[in-house]
Amino acid sequence: MRIAPVSEITTQTAVDAPPRLSALDTLESEAIHIIREVVAEFERPVLLFSGGKDSVVVLHLAAKAFWPARVPFPVLHVDTGHNFPEVIDFRDRTVERLGIRLEVAKVQDYLDDGRLQERADGTRNPLQTQPLLDAIAAGRHDAVFGGARRDEDKARAKERILSLRDEFGQWDPRNQRPELWDLYNGRHTVGQHVRAFPISNWTELDVWRYLEREGIELPPLYYAHEREVYRRDGMWRAVSEVSPPRADEHVERRVVRYRTVGDMSCTGAVESDAASVADVVREVATSTLTERGATRADDRISEAAMEDRKKDGYF
Amino acid sequence: MTHATQEQTLFRFATAGSVDDGKSTLVGRLLHDSKAILADQLESVARTSAERGFGGEPGAIDFALLTDGLRAEREQGITIDVAYRYFLTGRRSFILADCPGHVQYTRNMVTGAATADAVVVLVDARKGVLEQTRRHLAVVQLLRVPHVIVAVNKIDLLGYDEAAFAAVATDVSALVRDLGLPEAHVIPVSALAGDNVVERSANTPWYDGPALLELLETLPALDELESDLEAFRMPVQLVIRPQGALAHDVADPESYRDHRAFAGRISSGTVRVGDEVQVFPTGATTTVVGIDAGPVALESASAPQSVALRLADELDAARGSVFAASGSLPAARRELEASVFQLDPRPLVPGARVLVKSGTSTVQALVTAVHGRRDLTTLGLDPADRLEVNDIGQVALKLATELAVEPYAEHRRAGAFLVIHPHDGATLAAAIVTGATA
Repeated sequence: MRIAPVSEITTQTAVDAPPRLSALDTLESEAIHIIREVVAEFERPVLLFSGGKDSVVVLHLAAKAFWPARVPFPVLHVDTGHNFPEVIDFRDRTVERLGIRLEVAKVQDYLDDGRLQERADGTRNPLQTQPLLDAIAAGRHDAVFGGARRDEDKARAKERILSLRDEFGQWDPRNQRPELWDLYNGRHTVGQHVRAFPISNWTELDVWRYLEREGIELPPLYYAHEREVYRRDGMWRAVSEVSPPRADEHVERRVVRYRTVGDMSCTGAVESDAASVADVVREVATSTLTERGATRADDRISEAAMEDRKKDGYF
Repeated sequence: MTHATQEQTLFRFATAGSVDDGKSTLVGRLLHDSKAILADQLESVARTSAERGFGGEPGAIDFALLTDGLRAEREQGITIDVAYRYFLTGRRSFILADCPGHVQYTRNMVTGAATADAVVVLVDARKGVLEQTRRHLAVVQLLRVPHVIVAVNKIDLLGYDEAAFAAVATDVSALVRDLGLPEAHVIPVSALAGDNVVERSANTPWYDGPALLELLETLPALDELESDLEAFRMPVQLVIRPQGALAHDVADPESYRDHRAFAGRISSGTVRVGDEVQVFPTGATTTVVGIDAGPVALESASAPQSVALRLADELDAARGSVFAASGSLPAARRELEASVFQLDPRPLVPGARVLVKSGTSTVQALVTAVHGRRDLTTLGLDPADRLEVNDIGQVALKLATELAVEPYAEHRRAGAFLVIHPHDGATLAAAIVTGATA
């Protein structure tokens, strides 16, 4: 068997070929293609927008995909009632600046009228599913964009870019529709909807490099700041009304930042002095922990925590 | 993890193998040795490995736990669906599609391999070429994956014997030739011991080729092979007409009152401002006056960039239209000959009414004939009147509306299509155009 020497392989590239796109350019092009396909083929798309970095990137890509036209779909936020105030503020400023409509589904409303009950562990992340599915039905949204990435979790690593959900919002991981080339089959029957993940193939580092390159603003808590924190489950947790320390937990001021932004009751901060986007790119590139491993209590419940939530209709 | 630079390019590859040939171990080894597995993942896998008494010796790690992301997969110790993994080296950013090997899930391997620049097929050195190896390579041949790498694994269990490797390599070589595939890169590896995975091994002095990762870092990607070799083509996804609804950062709203741009992803070639282009199906000719990437105006753009084209004339073009370099307008086709991979459990039969999705068009179609199915032992086309799930076969279709399809071998993105169930929307088959007429 002849093995082509490395020197021979590299010279196969056409001499006058245009410069190869960088990995980031290729990922951007793929994401814009997906966003346009969904807008072209669906009646009422919506973007899940939390103000977190991944949904911020998807919104930026959507703005680029349709420029100079305005983003042609609204955004939807499932508010757990335990969100960081600075993230809610960022969310509101962003939609106002872009001139797009914001739909909010509130977990608190469901708790108030008894449709949902607070969990014993206090986390509200798993409670988001019902308000999300109701909001999708109420808005008659047939396609729901999300900023989920396959590198976040081993169940998400199995997700298609266009993922069909039944009328109960459920994901059936054992029977996913094949997905070939860049031909996305979004056909669905009444009651079904499709989740679309344009940045499926991006890593945490890709997201940060893109934020840096495009000069995209994020909520300030992604960067190093001083905060009152206490240690729980090996993570730094913020002191707040919804996440108070127990009597035996020692509160101190530390310089921290958030790698993921979710419910205050289950999102931890990491010690970091990365104050700028360039600092964060450097930090992420050399990190020895995954972002969810470092910061999410809800994914530690079991080895299949994410898979179980996704099957029930979580994003 | 290796530090990132802006110059890295993307390379997509898929791994496939038969049950128990060590594919998950190879993937785990590749990720581990390229430092893509982070401490908390490793700790979690090590903990579960220990709980299950993996390998019998303390500290042994079951790498399959890293990629088998579903509960059912971990319980059964098999891969059901493709898992995507990501890692970086100094030269490239890799997307790894870890595909199932089990015959029942071959259809999921098709998903993983369709966009791959290379496929790594695993063969157990002790077992040699199996039925599943033939099946995987037949899929690779159908999809025309540019590079085939065969990793002959567990060579350590044969005492790194050169003759044993050569025997497998000879069989692979014959199979690849019979299938009409380009020459395969065959590498002796031990995923468990790490031989020739990331670094060349001292245990195989008789092998003077590259290690697996070296090869993956240097093989040209699909778009490197194809770029500038084909005429410009871009299927229109949608038309951007802001009318009153302008983006917040448009500086001069008045000048965008009548703005019209055709959004799409370039499927082949390069387009430059000033180029004359033609539109399918009307054949009308016009000139490109602007290429927009969001608010940035470009002088030129190439596959696979997503752009929006502004044109000198008002043309009749919409989703489904295709822009092409002037003089290279694709022909309108209504009769197709295609190789298909049957994905759906319901068999594909002559007379079936289906939908065909190609580029940005979806049209009604009729399966006019099933010519036969490929026999994986003889590799010949056996007569058949239907295609069952996981069959590769040859069919003819008649389209209700003419499309700008082209043979897959000449223009990949215009030659691939989906066969879709007209009522429930299921993707029935993956298909590539082998011949077409008006």
